[in-house]
Amino acid sequence: MSRINDVGGMAGFPPIVEEPDEPRFHADWEAHVFALNGALIKRGVYDLDEFRDAQERLPVAEYLGSSYYERWFAAITTLLAEKGIATPAELEP
Amino acid sequence: MSEDHGSSLISARVRHVEALLEARGLLADGEIDTRIDEFAAGGTPANGARVVARAWVDAGFRERLLADANAALPEVGLSMAGGLQEQRLKVVANDVDEHHVLVCTLCSCYPIALLGPSPSWYKSEAYRSRVVRDPRSVLAEFGVTLPADTRISVWDASAESRYMVLPRRPEGTAALEEAALAALVTRKGLIGTALL
Repeated sequence: MSRINDVGGMAGFPPIVEEPDEPRFHADWEAHVFALNGALIKRGVYDLDEFRDAQERLPVAEYLGSSYYERWFAAITTLLAEKGIATPAELEP
Repeated sequence: MSEDHGSSLISARVRHVEALLEARGLLADGEIDTRIDEFAAGGTPANGARVVARAWVDAGFRERLLADANAALPEVGLSMAGGLQEQRLKVVANDVDEHHVLVCTLCSCYPIALLGPSPSWYKSEAYRSRVVRDPRSVLAEFGVTLPADTRISVWDASAESRYMVLPRRPEGTAALEEAALAALVTRKGLIGTALL
């Protein structure tokens, strides 16, 4: 069965919107999520394929309801819990 | 605004995870800031533009680029090995008969080393879902209207393979030098959602 990320050819999404002069990140936390992921992969906590997989198996509603970097952060926390780095409770403030 | 509220929530969660990882020795002090700075100083569409301009003025380079882009990039001081893993790059050249456009239907694969960070529309479900089914109308929305007999090829990037479009050299640029030619090349031109 294909996963929700496999959207090629799917109908029903809203129109394509271009953002003029789009910044690299829309908020500081996005830059931090980006850097955090790179640091954890470099350290061998997980690899790039595991990171993609963790996004692709997010619950459908969460995948579709999340922004790009929200998905990244959800994948990071999923993997940190699964790898035994921290419990889900410890990962929440 | 609820978005601001959501943003401050996730912002606090990210800070918390960072602090936790620092405490457990999985992140060095200042490592995140260094990575952010390195990314900001990294790839921009100017890199892709430099490749294109060289290909326009140097037929030999163009041939080598289209045959094996990874091997040709070092000729202009670039490489696909700067990221988390080296990816294969294929450069696809537009001509009168065929127009190329890029997508990553599964996520957001993109040649960051040559184009910099990707625009949000490239990562949107809207673009990813439609450009493979109806590229002509998607291109028209971007202002790219092609003759009906121009073939459109859509290249779907993957974890290991990236693509870049080599746009057609604009008319009337025969007198321009390489740097001036590079200045004509846009990010959307390198993705295939604009003509130059």
